[in-house]
Amino acid sequence: MKYSHANRLGIFICHCGVNISSTVDIETVKKALTGYPGVSLITDHTYTCSNPGQDMIRNKIREEELDSVVIAACSPSLHENTFRKTLEEAGINPYKLEIANIREQCSWVHSDRKVATEKAISIIKAAVSKALLNEPLTPISVPVTRKALVVGGGIAGIQASLNIANSGYKVILVEKEPSIGGKMAQLSETFPTLDCSQCILTHRMVEVERHPNINLMVSSEVTRISGFVGNFEVTIRKKKTYVNAEKCNGCGICIEKCPRKTDSEFDRALSKRKVIYRPFPQAVPNIPVIDGEHCLYLLKGRCGVCRDVCGPGAIEFEQEERFVKEKVGAIVIATGYETFPIENIPEYGGGTIPDVIDGLAFERILSASGPTGGEIRRPSDGKVPKEVAFIQCVCSRDPEKYFSYCSKVCCMYTSKHAMLYKHRVKDGQPYVFYIDIRAGGKGYEEFYQRASEEDEVLYIRGKVSRLYREDGKIVVEGTDTLLQENVAVRVDMVVLATAIRPSQDVSRIAQLLKASVDENGFFTEAHPKLRPVESMTAGVFLAGCAQAPRDIPDTVSGASAAALMVCNLFASEELKHEPTIAGVDEDVCSGCGICIGVCPYEARELDREKRVATVNEVLCEGCGACTAACPSGAAVQRNFTDKQISSMIKAILA
Amino acid sequence: MEISYYPGCSLKTSAINFERTALSTLEELGIYALELPRWNCCGVMFSQSADNLMLQLAPARVIMEARETGRKRLLTLCSMCYNTLKRSLLFFKRNGEKLKKINAFLKLEERDFSAEGVEVIHLLTLLSELDTSNFKMKIKKIKSNLKVASYYGCLLTRPREIALDGVENPQIMEKLLEIAGFQTVNYPFKTDCCASFQVVNRRNVVKKQIRKIVTSAVRNGAEIFALSCPLCEYNLDSVQQELAQEDETFTPIPVLYISQLLSLALGQDPKLNDFSLHRIDPRPLFKEKGLL
Ligand SMILES: Cc1cc2nc3c(=O)[nH]c(=O)nc-3n(C[C@H](O)[C@H](O)[C@H](O)COP(=O)(O)OP(=O)(O)OC[C@H]3O[C@@H](n4cnc5c(N)ncnc54)[C@H](O)[C@@H]3O)c2cc1C
Repeated sequence: MKYSHANRLGIFICHCGVNISSTVDIETVKKALTGYPGVSLITDHTYTCSNPGQDMIRNKIREEELDSVVIAACSPSLHENTFRKTLEEAGINPYKLEIANIREQCSWVHSDRKVATEKAISIIKAAVSKALLNEPLTPISVPVTRKALVVGGGIAGIQASLNIANSGYKVILVEKEPSIGGKMAQLSETFPTLDCSQCILTHRMVEVERHPNINLMVSSEVTRISGFVGNFEVTIRKKKTYVNAEKCNGCGICIEKCPRKTDSEFDRALSKRKVIYRPFPQAVPNIPVIDGEHCLYLLKGRCGVCRDVCGPGAIEFEQEERFVKEKVGAIVIATGYETFPIENIPEYGGGTIPDVIDGLAFERILSASGPTGGEIRRPSDGKVPKEVAFIQCVCSRDPEKYFSYCSKVCCMYTSKHAMLYKHRVKDGQPYVFYIDIRAGGKGYEEFYQRASEEDEVLYIRGKVSRLYREDGKIVVEGTDTLLQENVAVRVDMVVLATAIRPSQDVSRIAQLLKASVDENGFFTEAHPKLRPVESMTAGVFLAGCAQAPRDIPDTVSGASAAALMVCNLFASEELKHEPTIAGVDEDVCSGCGICIGVCPYEARELDREKRVATVNEVLCEGCGACTAACPSGAAVQRNFTDKQISSMIKAILA
Repeated sequence: MEISYYPGCSLKTSAINFERTALSTLEELGIYALELPRWNCCGVMFSQSADNLMLQLAPARVIMEARETGRKRLLTLCSMCYNTLKRSLLFFKRNGEKLKKINAFLKLEERDFSAEGVEVIHLLTLLSELDTSNFKMKIKKIKSNLKVASYYGCLLTRPREIALDGVENPQIMEKLLEIAGFQTVNYPFKTDCCASFQVVNRRNVVKKQIRKIVTSAVRNGAEIFALSCPLCEYNLDSVQQELAQEDETFTPIPVLYISQLLSLALGQDPKLNDFSLHRIDPRPLFKEKGLL
């Protein structure tokens, strides 16, 4: 006999190798579902996601004239899209598919075969009752704005911007500081090849500035982001710099004449800078800015020397901050990191002993352009330190007190520091306290070996318990776990390899983007292995240390990958948006507006004339918040209606 | 204000001056410490260091006594008692099974044991909660230039869960001493262990430790130690005396309970202090500084 069309449903059960079949008895499941209302076919396959598996599904759909399908397999987050395509290829609407998750929610979490089998049957029955009520849907098409926003102008942001711009798309690069370059600009030489950091970086910075496709906005911050993949609208705040960048010719006479000095952030307070300044000589753009917190004119109305000496008249004390609105299609987050402040580590003398400094400060001391011209002199009295202790894992790998994660780059940069110190202070003795050395990477182990063997760096395996001053020396007490005894070394200077943590306003950016961060504040990737540069929010990509502590090679490769994902997105003119979103039953809607308040995507509005709520199909992400909140049941979730849910519950309880 | 008070063994014998000065200081500040009607030894750190539930009986009994008074807080003066009781309380809060077991045992005595409703508090915490202006007003002695090294030892700040102040650099004693008009000194070993019970059969270990602590404190200007642990007091006091006998260059300095200094500053009867209990007599120093 011929079945009515609505009833031609097929069930395909996947063994997933033995992932499912070792705990779920497939034959029992098949028997239990044979003759279940609406089911006209039930079959199984070792790997439904494989090519032969999909061929089988396509053939059965055609042979049996199926019009809806249940696939009992792994989580829909893995293969729902794969199978939707399979259905489409076989000529039926892809939204007539329902996945019954009998792996993550069943076989993997049970060991008792009987229990698992019964549960699998319930799960599939529920999926069948839902599938029978699924409507055919068509994806919504959305246009794509082919322009990217890159937040953060460290090496990650620079690399991503250049890659996107070189592919022919426009980029807006937003950097909060007066110059791009990030931490890499502060480094002296870089492991493992010891090439000069600035030399390999600055030409890229210049390339960014000159690139016709890049709109560089420094001293700027993103304050608002709305919209969705392909169609973000962002507001960028241009902070006051009191210098008109169009008029300034970068001559620098203002800096020369400025009478006031303050600590240089770039040199980690080891040197002074003027109040009108560029962070460093190779800054890009090369336009000075005024530090409003220290400027005499801005604070007290006195001075104004810079304005008087400026030829082109670029100094504008009256400048106001500006807000710029831009439309972009994709966003790359490259906000980088900061190092944990040593003032917060009193047990290691941070903030109280001037000759206890952090790694970035030591990078400045090592730099030819740094506060000591590259000579190794300690901050307190300018003496050459004859003995230096380097302490690794300060606050990293310390779940008791600070962070449980490994900051990844410290083993290598400490090797570098100790080595460069020894190269410059020939009769000096570097000590390194470490837990263990992690030198995974091309040429890394060899680099570390060179430090410990050729450069006579003394490696002491063990943690430091305390640091204090005695007779003009700093005593570093620790334990040597190899010799199994406590040790104390008396040194002239201490360098702390402090933990790398995300840039501190990351939580604000994450909120703006609705992107998620992990317990340490690093951005979470959509999948740690297979989608490593995508965030959990569509159209938002991740690069560099904003995601996890990493070195320059890893940062650059990740940034290029993120750029490629952006270009991928821009390759088509429009995007398909999932149609499984909210809708409104206008006959029932009373226009109370509760749905507007609960919608996290600003997709709900009130139609004042009709006095009913509406759904912006493009903004709606189908989260279901409005359907749950609607008091009258007028808000419906397509293919996830109340009726479907109750029939699923009935199927499970039956 | 009334608070339950658990003395512990030493406070009735070798550290009787600690008890007297602490209780009189509290009284002066309006706090009446009511001794538990019945109590036993706290069990000492051994009760916390072995995986033996029987050893938890001693602190459990003290906690039970405290609960039966109906007052929430239980005051301790001795650092060891503080450490033991607080850790035991935490142990029972975290180990429901163990609590049940010990309760089953205590049922034989027809009493009900629970870790809820009691809080163990140390003298230092109690004092630092008080209104400082009131405290300052009561200070009778003129500002003294006596330089005091606070010695915390290990029991007040370790393990972290029971620490009464910052683990790495506690300040609670310094703050109290400064309110009372003393000068305080900074030195790196204030939370080092005094070597504790090693004094029984490995005196050399204690000597090494005490020499390090004292030398560093003296170098940083200390003239006297303030502490709150009878065992630390014994080790610092007796071992310093021994070191001084062996080595002429070693300068011993007096060791006092912090409440002794506070009581002096409050202008209370010096007799409460019973200085004869100290091997290194602090009186000459106090006279020199105008405190006696
Ligand atoms: C002491 C030390 C030595 C090192 N040595 C080496 C080495 O020798 N070799 C090596 O390979 N790696 C080294 N590293 C690691 C290297 O610094 C990083 O891999 C690299 O800097 C990461 O680049 P990034 O762009 O992700 O982050 P950053 O360099 O931190 O750049 C982030 C940028 O984003 C900006 N920003 C932050 N928040 C916002 C916001 N909200 N809006 C706008 N802009 C924002 C910041 O101002 C900054 O310019 C070292 C690290 C340290 C700490």
